[in-house]
Amino acid sequence: MKISLGPVLYYWTREALMEFYSGIAESGVDIVYLGEVVCSRRHNLRLDDWLGLARDLAAGGKQVVLSSQALIESESDLKSLRRIAANGDFSVEANEMGAVRLLAGRAPFVAGPHLNIYNNETLAWFAKLGATRFVLPLELSRDTLRELQAARPAGFETEVFAYGRMPLAFSARCFTARHHNLPKDDCQFRCLDDADGLALKTREKAPFLTLNGIQTQSALVYDLSDSIAELRDLEVDILRLSPQSHDMPSIIESFRERCAGRPGAPLDSLRVAPPCNGYWHGVPGMEYRTAN
Amino acid sequence: MSIPELVCPAGNLPSLKTAVDNGADWVYMGLKDETNARNFAGLNFDASHAREGLRYAHAAGAKMLLAINTFPQGQGAPRWQRAIDNAADLGIDAVILADAGLMRYASERHPQLRLHLSVQTSATNYEAINFYQENFGISRAVLPRVLSLAQVAEVVKNTTVPIEVFGFGSLCVMVEGRCALSSYVTGESPNTRGVCSPAKAVRWEKRGESLDARLNGVLIDRFAPGENAGYPTLCKGRFDVEGETHYAIEDPSSLNAMALLPELVKIGIAAIKIEGRQRSPAYVGAVTRIWRAAIDAHAKNPGHFSIQTDWANGLARVAEGQQHTLGAYHRKWK
Repeated sequence: MKISLGPVLYYWTREALMEFYSGIAESGVDIVYLGEVVCSRRHNLRLDDWLGLARDLAAGGKQVVLSSQALIESESDLKSLRRIAANGDFSVEANEMGAVRLLAGRAPFVAGPHLNIYNNETLAWFAKLGATRFVLPLELSRDTLRELQAARPAGFETEVFAYGRMPLAFSARCFTARHHNLPKDDCQFRCLDDADGLALKTREKAPFLTLNGIQTQSALVYDLSDSIAELRDLEVDILRLSPQSHDMPSIIESFRERCAGRPGAPLDSLRVAPPCNGYWHGVPGMEYRTAN
Repeated sequence: MSIPELVCPAGNLPSLKTAVDNGADWVYMGLKDETNARNFAGLNFDASHAREGLRYAHAAGAKMLLAINTFPQGQGAPRWQRAIDNAADLGIDAVILADAGLMRYASERHPQLRLHLSVQTSATNYEAINFYQENFGISRAVLPRVLSLAQVAEVVKNTTVPIEVFGFGSLCVMVEGRCALSSYVTGESPNTRGVCSPAKAVRWEKRGESLDARLNGVLIDRFAPGENAGYPTLCKGRFDVEGETHYAIEDPSSLNAMALLPELVKIGIAAIKIEGRQRSPAYVGAVTRIWRAAIDAHAKNPGHFSIQTDWANGLARVAEGQQHTLGAYHRKWK
């Protein structure tokens, strides 16, 4: 199995992003997804900067994919999307159907985790459109994956989100701005303060969700590091690790070791929060089941 | 200027009849299973009620829509496909679909069956909508409740697919079809099971003077004595963010876009949808009657549209949480 690094879902400074990716360039990750997928207002890196980064990473032997924004609302969103789709050098991960229209029949593409590929017929349709890889929707279980795998076309790759806080929902509203009592159009980029998102707790102070601009994530970290053998048996091609602000190279290394059949470093001290893996087991996503 | 059609919810036969009686152009309903996004106990239609509803609607010149707007999983599609076959056999006027595989099935097997793009498809821009039109010949698209009025206008301008928008009812703050919060907590979501924050996962606990509302154990809200304790839909609870407790995601308010009716007509909206298949026939009757009156009044005298006091009061009485918002149509909401 290969290891991929998903797009950075948070808003980091330009310096922090550059430092992060220089660490990634040195790491053992095989595939790197780049670009802003959450909010069009975030601009510390522009498309040309992402492309520059993509070329550097590719020169170092990484496969690079540009990820498109998950919620496309305005003409200016579409304009950015068209530039990404037509970049000519790197394949694109489509995260909504507008991107699929721009890519279908023109270039091989990755069908991202937000495209709702839940069943065999839909998977077959995406393959016909030119998708060469799909990312399993987060809420689907290993049992559903088994059925999808049995039906996937030859050569079609399957990627599973295997580590990180899960992007569970998108809205037009920015919850970070709402918390700071600011309008979205004048958000002052307060999400820069929260390198791993803003914690939302219940009234009993139990961690529940994570606010990340217009995106809502789990508070817990999805972690399939105990299920590597099962993922391999299901012929999953790629495990996606979603970036966090610290220790990412160590987490990548631990997954690489586990994929090679070795124990790998424990992740308990590296995660930003305790683990969950309920979706994989077909139970509520927030639950954690030990491997069986 | 064309007059938008009024699309009203029918959770059961009495609701369907009252919607038709009060002037709905379309009624939409679902089957008694997970093939639709309001898969609630005691709700929805079996085949014989569907047939009777269809007769009733057609006799009054109204049309009937069947929502098959959840996502089959793995090899599960045949069950959803049978629902599509049955809709075609019954002579349902159109089906509302969310899953691309099902749209492909319907357009190939039943080319005469009219397809509407469900809000659960998450198609928020014209590139996406036009793609579904090119591939499956959809006849209408329902927009997610996340676009501003200017963005809705942009969509309408750039597609020949007639556009339907939500005018009234409970408000989803997340892009429909892109929200897994409910399955994160309960294992069941709108996409997978047609439910959000399902009742079977709700537990009310008296705790001293206060009342706790829990969803699969997670505290969604805590109500002080005298506070109106609403249903614990998980995005509408009060939570703690940096020590401040508030409605961090959304207040328990509902959408009412009636004030925007003249603008919706001007930008060329084909249909206005009322949310609420889970609500009572009394709700359906009142909301349909008032929106019918408003649309007709606007059509008669577009330059002088104003919301009548009895309309406003009538809608306020049935609104969830008794509080109204223009939602995302109004930029400030975001």
